[in-house]
Amino acid sequence: MSDAVLTRHAFLTLSGISKRYAGVRALEGVDFACERGKIHAVLGENGAGKSTLIKIISGVVQPDSGSMRLAGQDVSFATPSAANAAGVVCIFQELSLMPDLSVADNISISSPPRRFGLIDARAQRRRAEQLLAEIGCEDVNPLMRVRDLPLSRRQVVEIAKALGKKPQLLILDEATSALTSADVEKVYAMLARLKAEGVAILYISHRMHEVEALADRASVFRNGRHIETFDKGKRSTADIVQLMIGRDIATQYPPKPPRGSPPPVLDIENLSWDRRLDRISLRVGAGEIVGLGGLDGQGQKSLLLALFGVLRGVTGQIIVEGREVRPGSPAAAKSVGIALVPEDRKTEGLMLPMSIADNLVIASLDAISTGPLVDRARESDMIKRAIARLQIKIGAPGDAVSTLSGGNQQKVVLAKWLMTEPKLILLNDPTRGIDVGTKQELYRLMRELADQGAAILFYSTDYDELIGCCDRVAIMYDGRIVRELEGDELTETNIIASALNIDAATPDAAGATHA
Amino acid sequence: MTTASLGLSRDDRPILIAALFILVILVAGTVYTFARFGSAPLLSPTYLLQQLQIGAFLGIVAAGMMMVILIAQIDLSVPWTLAAAAMMATSIGGPLAIPVGLGVGLVVGLINGIGVAYLRVPSMIFTLGVNAVMRGLMVAHTGGYAPQTAATDLMRMLAGDRTLGIPNALFVWAAVSVIVTIILQRTALGRYVYAIGNKEAAAYLAGVDTRRVTVICFVLCGLAAALAGVLLAGYSTKAYQGMGDAYLLPSIAAVVIGGTNILGGRGRYLGTLIGVVLIVLLNSVLSIMDMPEAGRQVIYGLVIIFMLLVYGRGERVTS
Amino acid sequence: MLDDIAIRVRQNIGIVTAVLLFTILYLLYNLAHPKGFSSAVLVQNGDEIFALAMLAMAQTVPVLASGLDLSVGAVMTMVGCFASYLLTGAGGTPLHLDIFGLHLGLGTFPGGVSGILLGIVVCLAIGALAGFINGCIVVYGRIQPIIATLATGAVYIGIALFLRPTPGGKIDEDLNWALTNSLGDFAATVHIFGDGAAAWFAPIAWIPVPFVLLILIALLVWVPFRRSVLGRAVYAVGSAEGAAYMSGLPIDRAKIAAFTLAGFFAGCGGLFLAIQTSSGNADIPQAGAYTLNSIASVVIGGTSLLGGTGSAIGSIFGAMVLRVISFFFRIFDIAPLLQPLFEGLILLGAVCIGALGVLRVKNTLELFR
Repeated sequence: MSDAVLTRHAFLTLSGISKRYAGVRALEGVDFACERGKIHAVLGENGAGKSTLIKIISGVVQPDSGSMRLAGQDVSFATPSAANAAGVVCIFQELSLMPDLSVADNISISSPPRRFGLIDARAQRRRAEQLLAEIGCEDVNPLMRVRDLPLSRRQVVEIAKALGKKPQLLILDEATSALTSADVEKVYAMLARLKAEGVAILYISHRMHEVEALADRASVFRNGRHIETFDKGKRSTADIVQLMIGRDIATQYPPKPPRGSPPPVLDIENLSWDRRLDRISLRVGAGEIVGLGGLDGQGQKSLLLALFGVLRGVTGQIIVEGREVRPGSPAAAKSVGIALVPEDRKTEGLMLPMSIADNLVIASLDAISTGPLVDRARESDMIKRAIARLQIKIGAPGDAVSTLSGGNQQKVVLAKWLMTEPKLILLNDPTRGIDVGTKQELYRLMRELADQGAAILFYSTDYDELIGCCDRVAIMYDGRIVRELEGDELTETNIIASALNIDAATPDAAGATHA
Repeated sequence: MTTASLGLSRDDRPILIAALFILVILVAGTVYTFARFGSAPLLSPTYLLQQLQIGAFLGIVAAGMMMVILIAQIDLSVPWTLAAAAMMATSIGGPLAIPVGLGVGLVVGLINGIGVAYLRVPSMIFTLGVNAVMRGLMVAHTGGYAPQTAATDLMRMLAGDRTLGIPNALFVWAAVSVIVTIILQRTALGRYVYAIGNKEAAAYLAGVDTRRVTVICFVLCGLAAALAGVLLAGYSTKAYQGMGDAYLLPSIAAVVIGGTNILGGRGRYLGTLIGVVLIVLLNSVLSIMDMPEAGRQVIYGLVIIFMLLVYGRGERVTS
Repeated sequence: MLDDIAIRVRQNIGIVTAVLLFTILYLLYNLAHPKGFSSAVLVQNGDEIFALAMLAMAQTVPVLASGLDLSVGAVMTMVGCFASYLLTGAGGTPLHLDIFGLHLGLGTFPGGVSGILLGIVVCLAIGALAGFINGCIVVYGRIQPIIATLATGAVYIGIALFLRPTPGGKIDEDLNWALTNSLGDFAATVHIFGDGAAAWFAPIAWIPVPFVLLILIALLVWVPFRRSVLGRAVYAVGSAEGAAYMSGLPIDRAKIAAFTLAGFFAGCGGLFLAIQTSSGNADIPQAGAYTLNSIASVVIGGTSLLGGTGSAIGSIFGAMVLRVISFFFRIFDIAPLLQPLFEGLILLGAVCIGALGVLRVKNTLELFR
């Protein structure tokens, strides 16, 4: 269809690109093209394949199959530097700056100006000043260390660094997420200038109004596939949301029990922390699964960490089963019956080189010890039961946990906490990067736990899963809970609308208020 | 990770290789002595026991060092903890000698642990400072001269005498070994030690009191060094300046040769035991061969590098 | 610009503190010294400071790339022992090595000034080679720097002991005199500037040679290295190895360069120590003490042991602070016995103050990075 027209003037063309991570599909047969002098938005839900797409274009990962053409030439980039050399430059979400080097050093890190073979600090500084001026951020002193800059300034430096590479194709991956609104305006101006100079720009953002304001063209991705590409103004916001959601809901969720008014296990009042949590009040009852929704980085993770005793300087009240608690460490949180499945199972959830058995019992060793000694009979019995209950597929309990698939690893993390018989379970995006089958098992398990009386607070970046699993969903924005959705108002449209702050886009959003 | 190629676990491989290397040393040493003197002292139990008796001091220090290395730290204060314990024990004398000596180790370990766990100062530099302080205190205490005090009878008995023909020092070493093995294999503390060495953040988020465990490890290391000091003073009937200097690097080497990862989290006590025996035997063979100190140092260094290259190399950082 | 100066001071607060600390201590020392502020005192201090300052610089470079070098003291000792053969100035010294009864003749070494210059170059090359070997073992053998340099350190000490089983050897007397005294003595010895009597030369004739050497090495070796692409790669590797890789920096070469430079600096220290003492001495405890003091100097000089931030210049001042503290014991007639105690307490105090930032961390997970 319109893609055929696109390819004629295309600067970058992808055909049939596929990529899998450990068996999980990230991209499947993607055809995609973008032109010079156009700002091209890439849209999709979390996990739709956008990140993988830009990682492939910028040489961070290699596709399993498919081909890529740039300016009429077949290309394949083995490293980010190779992509840079060809004029493809990406501004990543995770910052790629070296914190101990100065702003000027970082901006010129890969090709510094030299004099007599040595780095010319003055020229380097002028260059940094020039580039920062181009985005209108002269206030950043190039001598400053990146470590000492606030997050928003670091992102500015990242953009200047990219500009310094003289991009032909510039990719911005949520590059404005941490910027102040004044800076965002400046970045817009810069993008308009680059566009006029004939640079091709790929723009990835969750902020719908940004996309509307900037993009000449947009492509929607869903479940690793390219769904549609259309020009500006051809689709309404509601249409776009619909395209992003799609209709193929394949996942099955366990049935929800009828709503009651269970006694609260967790009751938070006015919880605040370091400008990132703002007067949060929330209740989770026994047997309830409460979801935390919203865009990435709106304070959901901080809320879970605050409850688990990881954060210092938390103010407000935390009441667990009627008693006010103030966990100062995860150990203290554990002792009042709280469990956390952390964000990154590889670095925070598991000791990867250690055995499955060791990982399973690490949180409940006190319970199975007599005096200082671990009771081995009880230990192996406990491990057997956990493996059986969660149907973890393993060779032997003594194998390193790193030999398991991602899904089974996550089951180990969850099983570890189930053995402590927690009253409140905090889940930080537990199904990320996990295959569909295991996901469904996790959903079933969550419901089972809730039915046994546990309270579950569940953060997920997957809206579909929030709707399927949760009795209630609290949407967070900028450190606050902006809305709570339950029952019939718990729809994908409503969640996305609240999360994107485009309430007017959907008819039923206005009526749905609950707080 | 393809370490299973030999059907061995990753931890067993270094132990087996080190054990084989011990055999090589014994055979090579015996061939040498047989050719040169027509005798085989290395195969005589009396000689071996005598060597192991000397090795017991290193073995005890290494046991403590291992606890600290397993949680990805290091204790450089061992030399003067050892010497201070010996000096305090001998100068107090009487029945309190040994408790006071061990008390020194306990206090030093506590200070090290607090500095590393609570202030999060790199252990490399904190324990270095504590070592200097201990040395300073002892130099001030003794006036820089060899202390005139003598070891108590009990200390001499524990370190120098024999029971049923076996040196008592070996019994002490065995007791320490049993305790460390039980801690590492059977107690919750042992699991926490490995967990912290592998991924401190994960252990912390599993509700492990990582700071307390860190302090305990340093205390155990300090106690072990102190015990070795008390015994060494008993063996040489007195304490002397710099008596611990010869134990720092060999104890680290023994732990590493035994397959314990210097970055923590991996390693078995059996390996450390074998590492100590390897170093002790290597030393005895080299002294039988009349190897000058120069050659010993070179061989010593090459053995460490060679063993580590054989064990397999660390993984490359890419992203 | 005032702004820039403020930023630079804030970023180098560790170095600035070390410089201030040294300045204050050294002023006090000179005020208290009966012959304070005299060339003689300066010369004596310069001689005592030089070797440790060199080792502190040596330690800095691998630390910046986040790896410790436990062999710097050994390299220093080994190079010193080589120097005690190569810098006799007599010429015609037959070079030979006896290993396991093998007698290896290595020809004869030229005498005179050319011989001495050649000897210096060879000594420094040996130091750099030792460091290069360290770097290769770390990078290609993928052994942790701590343990790799612990092992190579034993090897280098062994080589030093082969060369000098007992202290001995000889260093050309003129060389010793020229390098361990004031610039005036240097000029007189090598017959320049009218044997040091030139009128224009008089105002600077009092400056001790070791200080001049220190400044020259810092300016001619360290500063260019720091400004080179490779030098910056060393900082980048220590700051964030992953980001350095993403930016296409030469990580392996940077690490090898860091260890090689460490070897070179340690070699400079060993060379000077041999010249100063006119002998080679394979002193194992001394090598160990120098290594540990080099680490302490690095920390006092404001370099983070985690890598990425700091400077060899700071470490020089760190070393000088350590040394000046020991000078005080001579001056104030404090029992020198208390010296190690004070050194230890100062080191502990310095690192504990540096660690107070830990208490401000709001997300305790950040403590584990």
